[in-house]
Amino acid sequence: MTQTPPVILSAQNVDIFYGDNRAVKNVSLDFRRGSVNALIGPSGCGKTTFLRAINRMHDFTPGARVAGKILLDGQDIYDPGVDPVSMRRRVGMVFQKPNPFPTMSVFDNVVAGLKLTGVRDKAQLMQVAERSLKGAALWEEVRERLNTPATGLSGGQQQRLCIARALAVDPEILLMDEPTSALDPASTAKIEDLMSELKKVTTIVIVTHNMHQAARVSDTTSFFLVGDMVEHGVTDQIFTSPRDERTEAYVSGRFG
Amino acid sequence: MSEPARRDPTPARLSSSSDRVFEILILMLASIIVLVFLTSIYQLGKDSWPALTHFGLAFFTQRTWNPVNNTFGASSMIAGTLITSLVALLISVPLAVASALFVAEYAPKWLANPVGYLIELLAAVPSVVYGLWALFVIAPVLGRWQITFFNPEFPDRLALYTKCAGLWADNKTTLQCFFVPSSGAGRGLALAIIILTVMILPYTASVARDVIRLVPADQREAMYALGATKWEVISRAILPYARAGILGGVILALGRALGETLAVAMVIGDSQDVLRSIWGNASTMASVIANQFGDARELLHRSSVVTLGLTLFFLSVLVNYVARLIIARLTPRGIQ
Amino acid sequence: MTSAATPTTARAPAGLSPARRFQNTVMGGLILLATLIVVAPLILIFFYLLKEGIGAMNLNFFTRVPAPEGETGGGLLNAIAGSVEMLLMASVIGVLVGVAGGIFLSEYPRHPLMPTIRMLSDVLAGIPAIVMGLVAYGLIVLKFGFSGFAGALALGFLMIPIVVRTSEEVLKLVPLSVREAGLALGLPKWLVTLRIVLPAAAGGIITGVMLALARVAGEAAPLLFTAFGNPGVNLDPRGPMSALPLEIYRGATSAYDENQRLAKAGALLLITLIFVTSLLARRFSRRR
Repeated sequence: MTQTPPVILSAQNVDIFYGDNRAVKNVSLDFRRGSVNALIGPSGCGKTTFLRAINRMHDFTPGARVAGKILLDGQDIYDPGVDPVSMRRRVGMVFQKPNPFPTMSVFDNVVAGLKLTGVRDKAQLMQVAERSLKGAALWEEVRERLNTPATGLSGGQQQRLCIARALAVDPEILLMDEPTSALDPASTAKIEDLMSELKKVTTIVIVTHNMHQAARVSDTTSFFLVGDMVEHGVTDQIFTSPRDERTEAYVSGRFG
Repeated sequence: MSEPARRDPTPARLSSSSDRVFEILILMLASIIVLVFLTSIYQLGKDSWPALTHFGLAFFTQRTWNPVNNTFGASSMIAGTLITSLVALLISVPLAVASALFVAEYAPKWLANPVGYLIELLAAVPSVVYGLWALFVIAPVLGRWQITFFNPEFPDRLALYTKCAGLWADNKTTLQCFFVPSSGAGRGLALAIIILTVMILPYTASVARDVIRLVPADQREAMYALGATKWEVISRAILPYARAGILGGVILALGRALGETLAVAMVIGDSQDVLRSIWGNASTMASVIANQFGDARELLHRSSVVTLGLTLFFLSVLVNYVARLIIARLTPRGIQ
Repeated sequence: MTSAATPTTARAPAGLSPARRFQNTVMGGLILLATLIVVAPLILIFFYLLKEGIGAMNLNFFTRVPAPEGETGGGLLNAIAGSVEMLLMASVIGVLVGVAGGIFLSEYPRHPLMPTIRMLSDVLAGIPAIVMGLVAYGLIVLKFGFSGFAGALALGFLMIPIVVRTSEEVLKLVPLSVREAGLALGLPKWLVTLRIVLPAAAGGIITGVMLALARVAGEAAPLLFTAFGNPGVNLDPRGPMSALPLEIYRGATSAYDENQRLAKAGALLLITLIFVTSLLARRFSRRR
């Protein structure tokens, strides 16, 4: 990185509550455009909770509340004037388990987001589908069966289909919640390889419980522990010379 | 020990002859279910035999149902059963699915639970209570409107009725006349459809609610994450995922509607004439059983009524089978 | 893999179109409206019966039989007594066969007859009640005449599939480890089933029986040609017997005000009992 890209996503003093339980405590983090950012930590540390705050998924969890600011391109997404539906369109998400829409074909899955906005033009849909599937490194495998049910694909293919589905609406941020935890090693490697390409078109925030994965794919890493963001830095630094002894203990495998 | 291999892997030393006795006892009691089923077929078959041998398949295609001449054809009540059930189903399904969506997706917990209770209680209201309410409350309301067709203060309506009455006398009707009331009693086919709609609503609604609640959260979230509104999440992610289960519930509700007896018998008017107006009297297979079996003295009349019961029996078996088939075929296959 | 780097189309203009926003609001409103339409009849029926029936619910209502047609001052003691007696008899059939069926389906899942019994139980659940009345008529009434026993038999047949289904479900919820713990003590399977598994599932089974009772207590159709009805109190199951739903049916279709009044009061009593039973059953199953 010769010149530093601008900050696209900035969390400022974010607290997240489930009822009275404070699951994320006063987290402030900046993510720069075109970077891959890993959130690591033992289970229950609040990393997924934090990730889901970035596209307001907590809106659907009864009792969940987010305090503080999350700025997307300088605009607080929790500002009352912000429409969460339009906001989510700018922030894509890939889930822990592959979750294609089971009643739709491969093609319809990819363009599901585009169809929401009323795009009906077949040629345009096809063009976007091809671009997104290529972006998810799935095109060659499914080009012959775009109209077959998405559930006919293997688990790894389904997860890349979900990545293509998220890419099709051109998100500025792509959230990935342990996207390879349900996959076999070969599929995991494919998706990890994909990251360096994906960051040319979007900014990735990835939650992972696999430290090696974080070390392999990310530019920055943030370490979470029981709701606190303990340390944030360039990935190499976090893994080779962490400043906090708790980070050191975790990355060296002494707990977690 | 003489334990068959297919039994649970009980260590041999624990099995005893008392286990064998218990198993046989349970099996015998459970076999009463088979016995009830077979007895039903035997009894209904035996009692409907005279009518079936006398009329053959014409029983199901003939329209005349005349106890005086001992001529019995069931086509008008088969039609009545199908019309009331299908129309009631058509009206109730959107309402039922909507209420299921309200309970499962819209209402906060403090409201969803009581509304869910109310819908379950609706399913518990007995048929005869629905019939009583329809007779005493809805029929007079319909009647007040119907009577305007015989009132000189509404010359247009009176003229229309007069025109239609002429057609009806010749056993004819037109699309317009089909919706003109033929009497001011409020009772008839339309009231049967209305009360049937109310009665089957809770069945579809509670099945739909259960199925919708089972849609995985990540299906909703995936659609939300693409920038969908709540309605788009419902129409594009939740309903497609739940459609097999909902359809299964709809078919089960159809089964209920086909056999629903007293409420319909109380309001439909028990007529086997050709249907010339939706407000006119009609009958269903179940309503004829309720209204005529007790008075049927002649063997052939009685046997014909039982044949309607036998038909309903097989119809409900068929509907049950189709419902399972649909659920099995259309359920989204597991996502890996 | 290079394609991901190709320049993307311009970012879609953010913002929800007014048409989509409108559709979302309208559909939400329609769903609320439909829900109101669905629950309205329940409330209307209950308050109608309350208004019309509460006045007739006096001491006479519970202690007298219907007055001769044209006279006033009768009650529904015959129907209340008949309903209670027939439901008790029906419960014997429904509980015995239903719970045994549930035990069979859940504890002997590999028995070759299991799929048949499961399927037939589901099929029985869908058979119209009036058809069961015809069956009981053929079985009993043709030979012995109208009787409370014939009515109870029809109601019992209707209870069986409901009890089978709920018992099977709750028995399957008893963890395998509980059964294994019993077997490991050296108890034979039948004792484990009766002494350990069944008590563990008792709450759920009672719920199922209560729901089944609530369901058949309101059935008049299967009683029309079996119990038939009786203007007087009859406790002998060999003779014709009245029941609440039967009196409601007769009263509602009668031309006499007095009979209609009794029918409404009977309907109020019946749905109140059914509602209370259903709610208690729900409470009972929730607490477990």
